[in-house]
Amino acid sequence: MPAEIYLNVAVGGLLTGLVYGLMALGLSVIFGVIRVVNFAHGEMMTIAMYIAIMLFSAFNLDPLVMLVPIAAVLFALGYVMQAGLINPFINRPEHSQFILLVAVALIMVNGLLIIFGPDARNVQTSYSFDSFQVGPLIVDATKVYAGLAAITVAAALFAFFRFSFLGQAIRACADNYIGALVVGLDVKRLYALTFGLGAACVGAAGAILVLIIDVTPPLGPAYTLLAFVIVITGGLGSMPGALLGGILIGMTEALAGLFFTPSAKSMFAFGILVLVLLFRPQGIMGRKAA
Amino acid sequence: MSSNSSKSGHAGFKVTRRTFAAGLGATGFVAGTAPFNIVRGQGAALKVGVLLPRSGYQAGIGQDCQRGVEIAGGILKDLGYPSLQIMNADTESNVDNARAQAEKLINGGAQLLVGAFDSGQSTAIAQVAEQKGIPYVINIAAAPQITEQGYKFVFRNFHTAGMILGGAFKNQKEVFAIAGSAPKSVVFMHVNDTFGTAMQKGIGAVMPKFDMPYKVVETIAYDPAARDLSVEVAKAKATGAEALLVVSRLNDAILLTRELVKQRWSPMAIMSMGPGWYEDQYLKTLGKLSDGPMTFVPWYDPNKKVSKMLEAALAKAHPGVNVNTNHVYTFEALMVAADAYKRAGSTDPKALADAIRKTNITENVSTGPGIMFNEKGQNDKLEITGIQNRGGKLPTIAPKVAAIAKPELPMTPYNKR
Repeated sequence: MPAEIYLNVAVGGLLTGLVYGLMALGLSVIFGVIRVVNFAHGEMMTIAMYIAIMLFSAFNLDPLVMLVPIAAVLFALGYVMQAGLINPFINRPEHSQFILLVAVALIMVNGLLIIFGPDARNVQTSYSFDSFQVGPLIVDATKVYAGLAAITVAAALFAFFRFSFLGQAIRACADNYIGALVVGLDVKRLYALTFGLGAACVGAAGAILVLIIDVTPPLGPAYTLLAFVIVITGGLGSMPGALLGGILIGMTEALAGLFFTPSAKSMFAFGILVLVLLFRPQGIMGRKAA
Repeated sequence: MSSNSSKSGHAGFKVTRRTFAAGLGATGFVAGTAPFNIVRGQGAALKVGVLLPRSGYQAGIGQDCQRGVEIAGGILKDLGYPSLQIMNADTESNVDNARAQAEKLINGGAQLLVGAFDSGQSTAIAQVAEQKGIPYVINIAAAPQITEQGYKFVFRNFHTAGMILGGAFKNQKEVFAIAGSAPKSVVFMHVNDTFGTAMQKGIGAVMPKFDMPYKVVETIAYDPAARDLSVEVAKAKATGAEALLVVSRLNDAILLTRELVKQRWSPMAIMSMGPGWYEDQYLKTLGKLSDGPMTFVPWYDPNKKVSKMLEAALAKAHPGVNVNTNHVYTFEALMVAADAYKRAGSTDPKALADAIRKTNITENVSTGPGIMFNEKGQNDKLEITGIQNRGGKLPTIAPKVAAIAKPELPMTPYNKR
């Protein structure tokens, strides 16, 4: 097999992995601060994808151009979910939080089925079939744009948490819940903001991913699972870990398909997860529990 | 005279209140005996449970099969068949759910089952139907093993994988001869579900008998629910094969085409032996990029009377939707049910199954002599048809007797459209 094929596939896997990473970043942010596992994560991304499809169908608006408004809608959804639904469950046993979010996920999937039906939908932009030729390499243009958009959104999120007052306050809540209460931070509001930010991340990922894959309502659970695999591999609660995990899983799937059999791609992604859990249970970039 | 006659007549046949009551009772008794059961049985509609993948990754195809269900009632009525009461169920493109839904339908009163498009799901339904003793007429499912189990209640008016392959190879050779060119090498790409795997196994057994001009240089299996097929296409392209031989579903057929364009690979031919490439959603989604693939599948004979009725009914109910395998074989499965009910005159499962075994419908839609089942419950007389995507239409290119267009081979490269 020509060498450029390996490079082509690796680049494709890297670009897809970046989008996976952005999607998982939202899950990691929510867990890192609120310690709530969002079982409706993939379903929220599917909602974002349908918003992108509606905007494209009605007004021919490119999902990349609409990335910020779509992220804002998901931010609002996440904020309301946390403030109205999840905050009352914060001090309850973890299993009741799981059940709550699984119920929310089921409502979302079936709601989408009722509204949009089961047929696969997609966005076909003017560059949907374009590719760049760089020497012997042929790179999918959509994946390049998607990867660049994912990096930009992730960088903005890192900057927010690093440099903004709100970001620092949220990190303070994550580091020391009691301390944050003592210094007078409105923790419940900050939790709602954090869930909103996590949802905005997954909204942006949905707006990007809709360029690459077709959407059906039952798509959500598969991506919730994928996000879990990524954040556990990268390290629960670690933002760089989520990105790294995304890239690792994206490239593993791509290269496993090339070296072995394409029908067993997922098996290798889960294999990576098992290896990480065996040798570094806290994830590649995760911190050991104190 | 008249008075006497009248008197004597009345003496022999005088209708009194007592004789009227006795006559009414006798009529009621006679109505309860066997000959009148036929009339009584067909007064009520036969309850037919239709299992299809209406959601999940096969939803597009399941919904298309449903169109065949929707238009069947009117056509069957025009043909003089009794009514069917349809009970719909969704398999959710999932084998376990297909099994559960089949049980639910039977418990809910279904007297006959039809479905379920997919071989894996149909295998599960067949097990339930046999166990419960309810006749099951498969609309579409090609895995050979379904009718090799010795089942008494399972019937298939559809090709097995071997029948599809044999017919496809025969038609391909005709197409190559007409076009004057043929690929020397192909990559075989297939979904790794029950149907795809059965076709993959069948190729090794059937292909040597046909002395094909090409050899299979690589076989690539992939997940039917795959969201990205870039690696698969890259791997196929790297072999340097001249053409693609495919067994697909709808979504993966669209994904494969997109990747072919993006990876700048235009094979001289795409030869499908399954669904996906001829479906309306494929044609509409890809526009001019959908032109060129040839499909060798169970199809319909446009010259038959009932085919014209089906075309007209579908055009009325769903303007712009082309008649395809999904409609044809779903309709015919219901036709088998109605025909059996008409002849059995009963909803008794054994009587229905016996009637299905004796089916001999010559006024049908699909290509071939008609619908009849062998001792295994398989219609082994069906024929394969070759079609090619051309500007959103699907003209027949093989066999020669049914061809209405000359094959376009090699197909126009994607970058020159």
